[in-house]
Amino acid sequence: MSLLEARELNVWFDLEGGGTLHAVQGVSFALEEGERLGLVGESGCGKTTTALALLGLLPSSAEVAGEVRFHGEDVLAGGEESVRPHRWTDVAMVFQGAMNSFNPVRTVESQIVEALELHAVAEGAVARARAGKLLESVGIPADRARRFPHEFSGGMRQRAAIAMALACEPSVLVADEPTTALDVMVQAQILELLDGLCRDFGLALVLVTHDLPVVAQLCDRAAVMYAGEIVEEGPMERLYHSPRHPYTRLLFAATPDLADDGAPVASIPGAPPRLDRPLVGCPFRPRCDRAFGRCAEERPLLRRVDGSRAACHLNDVPA
Amino acid sequence: MSLIEVENLVVRYPVARGIVGTLARRPRRTVHAVDGVSFSLRPGEILALVGESGCGKTTTAQTLLRLVEPEAGSIRFEGRDVTQLSVRELRPLRRRMQLIYQDPYESLDPRLRVRQTVEEPLVVHRAGGSREERARRVREALERVELVPAELFLDRYPHELSGGQRQRVAIAASLVLEPRLLVADEPVSMLDVSVRAGILRLLDGLRDGGLGILMITHDLSTAAHFSDRIAVMYLGRIVEEGPASEVVRNPQHPYTRALLSVVPKRDPRDRMRPQILRGEPPDAVRIPSGCRFHPRCPLAIDACRAQDPPLESPAAVTNGQHVAACILA
Repeated sequence: MSLLEARELNVWFDLEGGGTLHAVQGVSFALEEGERLGLVGESGCGKTTTALALLGLLPSSAEVAGEVRFHGEDVLAGGEESVRPHRWTDVAMVFQGAMNSFNPVRTVESQIVEALELHAVAEGAVARARAGKLLESVGIPADRARRFPHEFSGGMRQRAAIAMALACEPSVLVADEPTTALDVMVQAQILELLDGLCRDFGLALVLVTHDLPVVAQLCDRAAVMYAGEIVEEGPMERLYHSPRHPYTRLLFAATPDLADDGAPVASIPGAPPRLDRPLVGCPFRPRCDRAFGRCAEERPLLRRVDGSRAACHLNDVPA
Repeated sequence: MSLIEVENLVVRYPVARGIVGTLARRPRRTVHAVDGVSFSLRPGEILALVGESGCGKTTTAQTLLRLVEPEAGSIRFEGRDVTQLSVRELRPLRRRMQLIYQDPYESLDPRLRVRQTVEEPLVVHRAGGSREERARRVREALERVELVPAELFLDRYPHELSGGQRQRVAIAASLVLEPRLLVADEPVSMLDVSVRAGILRLLDGLRDGGLGILMITHDLSTAAHFSDRIAVMYLGRIVEEGPASEVVRNPQHPYTRALLSVVPKRDPRDRMRPQILRGEPPDAVRIPSGCRFHPRCPLAIDACRAQDPPLESPAAVTNGQHVAACILA
């Protein structure tokens, strides 16, 4: 039994002026204890919506189908009532831009104390001591805890946001673009921190990002999303060295790399399909450099290929 | 001849003291945003100005266009010192230096059609001639940024365009005046990875006509791939400069080395051995004595506290264009 599992997750949003947007389309993956999974893709691919669905945090305007299982228990089955006991205590999330979401007129410590008290983890002096410990575990010295958010650098605020997410000692941390607005040096510090947290506390990580190199450096496995679905999922090394979906290959080729500064950087012409109408055939076909007849007619399913899963008809073609 | 030649540029901003500070007569403090920067750019060349936020790269770029007034130093554009010109004298020059912003979602007026956005600079600068002439130049500009056929885009609004297309429209609007210098401030950082290379290749192609491009970026990988030269800035100074591949493969300044070591690599087998700099992020109000990098430098010796090293060609470098400001290099 996996620690956390998404099964056939689907999310639809009602659009203003009618119509529905099928934002997440049959997403399934599993996360084991202490494992680090990257959820990668470009804007609009459904990675953040998937992450929010894991914690049952989508707005009521969203329609959700499918299962999210924690230790085998379907936490979405009973709505808010069944998901609340798991949110933050088992699965926690650092939202995109969380570092800028602190209340500016209250100290960082008091905001973490509030989280601890709200979840009945601790109270009063005990809670304050715990807040200090939490902040120390993310590299913020105790004497800084009683400062205001504006007295923190961006990197420190991001550390504090991570500390806050860890308040109830979750076993899974979902981090949405945790380094995106940061400078490379600060990014390296945060990646080092996440790496240490996973190692020291056996924390499992779902890293949601558009940045492949960050995933390559931090995660064991990744799921590449495109147009609301996972198009390839597997060990990071396989995705890079023997991708089984053209989108994965092209996405790596579109990422400039220092070690390879002579090689041309690819761009992928075109744009992702609209998700407010049914997709026919492979969603990546119009932008794919290896599409053939079948791709226009039949939507490829995510299937096992070697050690990965991929949704591409090319994998049925004998090499 | 250089297209632009910057010498010893200094830009300072006063720090607001607030009411309490003013009444208490606290000393006035200044941010040394740019603190003695010199570089040149030739026609047809791309120079990447690289560094972390607060290093002064954007201020440097804005000063070139006199959007920010320098306190000292000179900026020669096609031989004329821009810093000495009046606003009136500056106007014809501004047509020849254009700026592309980071965020094409913010930089385009949502109420204007593509046609109007691209035509506007011609109208503002009274540079377009007749209405037919302007229409022709708008169409040409769209073709140069590969928005073809132009008819397909002329009447669209920004919200009908993808991020990459918007940035192309923004570039077209700056090209329509036929500038000699383009300052591109993080031109692709807001865009999806799959369209970035297209925009960067487009900029690359524009050099053929002799256009010089100053690219401001925090992304060393992009700079390595798409620029001819890289200048690395730290706390208001250029600390290393040279041909792009030289700087990336044979970095001489400890700051450049640290910066390169923390750039994540695509290949998961090629794990980073990051050399993470500790200590507080640099504060441009209190510039350290001697070498401004010494408090965070892993190699610093006593002499670094006292000596402010000039940009020189290090002994270990064979390329005379490659310079670094470090007494140990």
